[in-house]
Amino acid sequence: MSDSSLENLPKGWKSVPSDLGSDQTAFKGVQWGKAMMWIFLLSDTFIFSCFLISYMKGRASTVVDWPNTSQVFSLDFMGVPVPLLLIAIMTFVLITSSGTMALAVKFGYEKNKKMCGWFILATAIGGLIFVGMQAFEWSKLIHEGVRPWSNPFGAGQFGSYFFMITGFHGTHVSIGVIFLFIFARKVFRGDFDTGKRGFFTTMKSDYVSIEILGLYWHFVDLVWVFIFAFFYLW
Amino acid sequence: MNEKTELDKNKEKSGTTHKIGIYLWIWGLLFVLSFFSYMVDWYQFQGLLRWSLILFFMFLKAGLIMAFFMHLFWERYALVNVLLWPMTAIACFVGLMVAEGKYTVFTRLIYFVLGE
Repeated sequence: MSDSSLENLPKGWKSVPSDLGSDQTAFKGVQWGKAMMWIFLLSDTFIFSCFLISYMKGRASTVVDWPNTSQVFSLDFMGVPVPLLLIAIMTFVLITSSGTMALAVKFGYEKNKKMCGWFILATAIGGLIFVGMQAFEWSKLIHEGVRPWSNPFGAGQFGSYFFMITGFHGTHVSIGVIFLFIFARKVFRGDFDTGKRGFFTTMKSDYVSIEILGLYWHFVDLVWVFIFAFFYLW
Repeated sequence: MNEKTELDKNKEKSGTTHKIGIYLWIWGLLFVLSFFSYMVDWYQFQGLLRWSLILFFMFLKAGLIMAFFMHLFWERYALVNVLLWPMTAIACFVGLMVAEGKYTVFTRLIYFVLGE
């Protein structure tokens, strides 16, 4: 839908019933792939919510003390234990990669192939660093005796929630990294400038794909904001 | 649909760009807010102050990411509504499970602790 026909449609709250009750497309001016990515992210939100809510319920209903996350996740820096050091670094790495992704989307829409590609690569490397640090954190906790059924720090449920929630998030990051590398290659090859057809589809490539990829990546960052707050800080 | 109109449509769709400044600002804000939420743990705030600060920084960060990095601020209202209203269902679920958790810990205290 072109911008000029969008101008004639109702705006603000009135646009909601008029869009949803209209013909052919519900979300006027929104590319279908973007709308579908949003719907997917909505369903993913429900999955992560279920994990975090079950963690809340488990933690609220145990009569044994919950492990002190500030101590469990502390890291020795020059002989001094710093609380949550690794988690803080992971948070900053993920936010940095989110910022580079936002810039990649911007340069993509400006058809700046080189900058877009390099920023996607930077995002992918940020994601790799994040997953690497998570693997380090997992192995450290496993060495200290944390298991899904018990741990030396407190309530036994801690391990199962930790591995489930951070593991599912880490899986999302890993999948995102794979797609970031694939799309970096597509950008550098010029698929989005020539409108080359994709491998799985007969449709022509367009820079809107970078925004869709960006939505997924920002969502991964968004979920980490909630995990950081509820699991590590609370 | 023939190829020419499809390509034209794609050209029209190729979205609006925003100034680089706004992304850098949000990026910086996210750094500062993350630093503050880390400080909540560093200074070992406890009780109500800790919870409210954690939730405040969390929702602020989540809002900034969704509104500007995910472009929801500029998105069509119909889409924004379809995405945000389901969150009330999650809020209801949280409320239900808070009550359920309280009941579970109550029965556990009764039977595990008082029962002995």
